[in-house]
Amino acid sequence: MAAVLLVLWIGIPLAYTFLAALADVQSYYEQLLPARYTLENIGMFLQLGALEAALRSLAVAVLTIIISFALGLPAGYALGRWAFRGREAFRLAIFSARIFPVMIMAVPMASLFISIGLYDTLIGVAFIHAALALPFVVLITSSIFASVPKELEEAGMVFGLTRWQVFARITAPLAAPGLTAAAMFTFVISWNEAFAATILASRERTLPALTVATTVAGVGGAAPDPYKFASAALLSLPAFLIMAYMRKYLTVMWGSQR
Amino acid sequence: MPLVAIVTSKRFLEVLGNTLLLVAVVVPLQFVLALAATLLFAESFRGKEIALYFFVLPLAVSDVAAALLWYTMLSPRGFLNKLLLELGVVSQPIQFFGYAFRHMEFLAIVLCEAWRATAIVFVNIYAGYQMIDRELIEASEVFGLSFAQRLRHIILPLLKPSIESALLIRTLFALQTFAPVLILAGLDIPVLATETFYVYAQLFDAPKASAWALLIGILTFIVSSVYVYILRTPEVR
Repeated sequence: MAAVLLVLWIGIPLAYTFLAALADVQSYYEQLLPARYTLENIGMFLQLGALEAALRSLAVAVLTIIISFALGLPAGYALGRWAFRGREAFRLAIFSARIFPVMIMAVPMASLFISIGLYDTLIGVAFIHAALALPFVVLITSSIFASVPKELEEAGMVFGLTRWQVFARITAPLAAPGLTAAAMFTFVISWNEAFAATILASRERTLPALTVATTVAGVGGAAPDPYKFASAALLSLPAFLIMAYMRKYLTVMWGSQR
Repeated sequence: MPLVAIVTSKRFLEVLGNTLLLVAVVVPLQFVLALAATLLFAESFRGKEIALYFFVLPLAVSDVAAALLWYTMLSPRGFLNKLLLELGVVSQPIQFFGYAFRHMEFLAIVLCEAWRATAIVFVNIYAGYQMIDRELIEASEVFGLSFAQRLRHIILPLLKPSIESALLIRTLFALQTFAPVLILAGLDIPVLATETFYVYAQLFDAPKASAWALLIGILTFIVSSVYVYILRTPEVR
């Protein structure tokens, strides 16, 4: 059945990589389904700088969420709530920012960051990730805010709440689950981003940047197989949890927005 | 001027050609898979929620990880080769990696991209499908349209806006394919993004790297202009 094939198509590479990451190397090479398992591969990978890199990735992702939400949430609210002159042009401008290639940003930014002292800093990488995530945050939060009934806000104001109180007590709590999904998506953008993170830092490497630097033959590193399995497993781990929550919001987040 | 220097360099046509070839193979493949998945998920069946979860899972998986997953699948001692050896289908592992096997490396990149980024096309089209009026599809069934007729005259025209925006987004991101190419093919199959990276990080030539990046920007502009032009026409009518 088609659905079963589909699950296998997505599932086998993931499952087999986790298996390989936990398998004894000798056993992995000899058998299709390895018989012996060990935590050695993961341990070695973490000791070779992956733990620090993962923590850096985490810090960059949190900073990215903070920056892009601080800038994007008000814009998303305005776009989702009010009709104003130039709204469609604004939406289109945001959409174009979304397709702006990261390569064009990252290379000149590296030169700029060196001169202003942001090169090789986590906040520097977070700035670029926030620039990437910002259009998504604006578009996604606008459709989430648009789904909160305006009547509830108006009722709040009739009962004497200020705009800020309306937002804090009515809109924000109702939008919270959707906003959580948007924050998770921002996390994914940052956690997965490899190009800018590689270009903008040489010592303060995030997990994808470390993986690129150490696994690519021809640019300095050709890591052994177990190292590759361990990095693939660690990198894709958040996806399982995040998708379990985000799945409900897929159509809100990708569907209605153009 | 760096831009002139790279455009007249020997590598230019090779890099541009590889990039466009990758887009030309990957995007139509993803479109067909995504459309098929949309039609599959249009029906209700047992385990649909689980199948849907798996199918959209790659949306959150990093491209670096996806490339390594496919390395695990296709390497000489990887899943596919061990399976085929065990079943006796082949007597020697199929080689996917190394400069001598560049065509197989290309295939590996295509597999990885089909695995990883079909979901984004699917989510757009599937969301469009859910907005289609159910009665139109039911009516077409009542009037006895065959599946092919229904697809061609009812479903595809109604899905057109979603398909167009999905393809635009995917084409533009396919022009920027980076980690899967670098991890699965190293520098054997240079594309615009890996060339930008290589020139910047290995040759330390920031002006030339910027010029390569700018080419991605120019292509992005051209492709989106073409799409916008195609999108405009029917609305004018």
